[in-house]
Amino acid sequence: MRETRRRAVALALFAVVMALLPLFVSTYVVSVLIVVLFAAYFGQAWNIVTGFAGQLSLGHALYVGLGAYASAVLFVRFGLPPWLGMIAGMAIAALVGSLIAALSFRFSVTGVYFALLTIAFNEFTRILFDHFGWVGATSGLFLPVANRIRDDLLMLRGSPLMFYYCLLALSLGALGLSHFLLRRRIGYYWQAIREDQEAAEALGIDVFRYKVAAMALSAAMTAVGGAFLAFYDNNLYPDTVFAIGRSVEIITAPIIGGLGTLFGPILGAFVLTTLGEAMTQVSSGFAIDGLKQWCYGAALLLIVALQPAGLWPWLERRLGLAAGRR
Amino acid sequence: MSATPLLEVEDLSKRFRGLQAVDSVSLTVPKGSIVALIGPNGAGKTTTFNLIAGAIRPDSGRVRLDGADITGLRPDQACHAGIGRTFQLVKPFGALSVLENVTVGALRASADMATARRSAMAILERLGLADKADIPAKSLTLPERKRLETARALATKPKILLLDEVMAGLRPTEIDAMVTTFADLARESGIAILLTEHVMRAVMALAEHIIVLHHGQKICEGTPQQVSRDPAVLECYLGTAAAHA
Repeated sequence: MRETRRRAVALALFAVVMALLPLFVSTYVVSVLIVVLFAAYFGQAWNIVTGFAGQLSLGHALYVGLGAYASAVLFVRFGLPPWLGMIAGMAIAALVGSLIAALSFRFSVTGVYFALLTIAFNEFTRILFDHFGWVGATSGLFLPVANRIRDDLLMLRGSPLMFYYCLLALSLGALGLSHFLLRRRIGYYWQAIREDQEAAEALGIDVFRYKVAAMALSAAMTAVGGAFLAFYDNNLYPDTVFAIGRSVEIITAPIIGGLGTLFGPILGAFVLTTLGEAMTQVSSGFAIDGLKQWCYGAALLLIVALQPAGLWPWLERRLGLAAGRR
Repeated sequence: MSATPLLEVEDLSKRFRGLQAVDSVSLTVPKGSIVALIGPNGAGKTTTFNLIAGAIRPDSGRVRLDGADITGLRPDQACHAGIGRTFQLVKPFGALSVLENVTVGALRASADMATARRSAMAILERLGLADKADIPAKSLTLPERKRLETARALATKPKILLLDEVMAGLRPTEIDAMVTTFADLARESGIAILLTEHVMRAVMALAEHIIVLHHGQKICEGTPQQVSRDPAVLECYLGTAAAHA
């Protein structure tokens, strides 16, 4: 029980530090922290389906894109507030995620083949949007950039600081939701399915239903992040929003931080983004293309070789926050 | 066997390509009784279990549990119908603690977390795993994993337990302890047990009724005394010469 209290204190401390941090750092650092929070949140959303339920999705940029386009197009075309668009995006993403999951799991497409299928749908959708004139096709969809001084939370028009706090709230919310779900029947069932599907079935778990549910929730959460991304970036191109590279980036932070852990995606996002940013700074003098990607690859390799469970389980033990004897 | 049948298997058959794995096997397990399914390796014992528990669909035949037809149900549906099974090749949820493993089973019977954890803990105590409750299942020894399999299946509150070689690899004293556990369980809770086992010490001590399979067919059934004297059984286990000796 001592650990439980220490974990709560550590979490509160983290939340307070994150909330106060922008008051003491430059706007540049805030912009980096926004990238960290995006990576953390997408990682947390992906962690639900792959970390908890054990179903490897390599096409999560699909749901980022659906959330981004749904909210942006409803705003640009009909002037609807992004919060409504977000709900539409969540519904569409959940539906598409469930369809992909149902299609594959009904026909026993699992493991690597399921992962390939998620990539395929990610790519189909990118190409579809490349030809989707109503949302701008390849020439892109642009949100009118209003002044960035007054914060309009309803329309999500405003300063980076507003986005920082929105994303912080989102990430802490995802942490709370993950924590809550892992301690309920659904969380136990997801982990059982991840560990051994056949044994899970024999214990009365409707494996199909729970896997589809994990995918739907993960996709919907990802779409929310996509909506914020659209309103933060103000421009959407299918080739960047739905990029396979984004799908790969989404999964890197949670793997480095600790797949299936609660805090791993957040820690991984900090480590990776800081590393990437440092590399960009270092290499700006002599311009080595793709140095950042090289570093991501090297970080991934090091983690898989030295700490396959990720950084967070290791750090958790070091900080004396690990629960029980585990 | 005059008692009311809990599990009734009727003319169950399954063919894998050229191999008739199970060939019109019929058997019944009365309420609260312990029945053993024995036979040499490859006799079709595990396939029969898989057919009853829904892991494979039978080509023909019927399975009835407590009067309800459960033929061809999915494994999770069979579990809800009252079948609790263990796997011969153990399948622990490695990253979860021992208590969490059993809690997953207990959540079948109760959606309430606190209740599920309590009933899981009671089962761990009964199977002598209580002191391991908080360690990850992957660090258990093989005999402990076998007990965990049983604990998890038991936690689903089944009407019948199908135990697939849960005594393999145990020391004689451990076997005796397990035998006592199962005998108590059947007597106290009225749960029926169908078990396959190579450990004859356990089979003879536990089973009221034994069914012998060979090449997918039932070649003999009866009390342990009857079965151990049956020429056909001796032949399939020891060869023709022994049976005629």
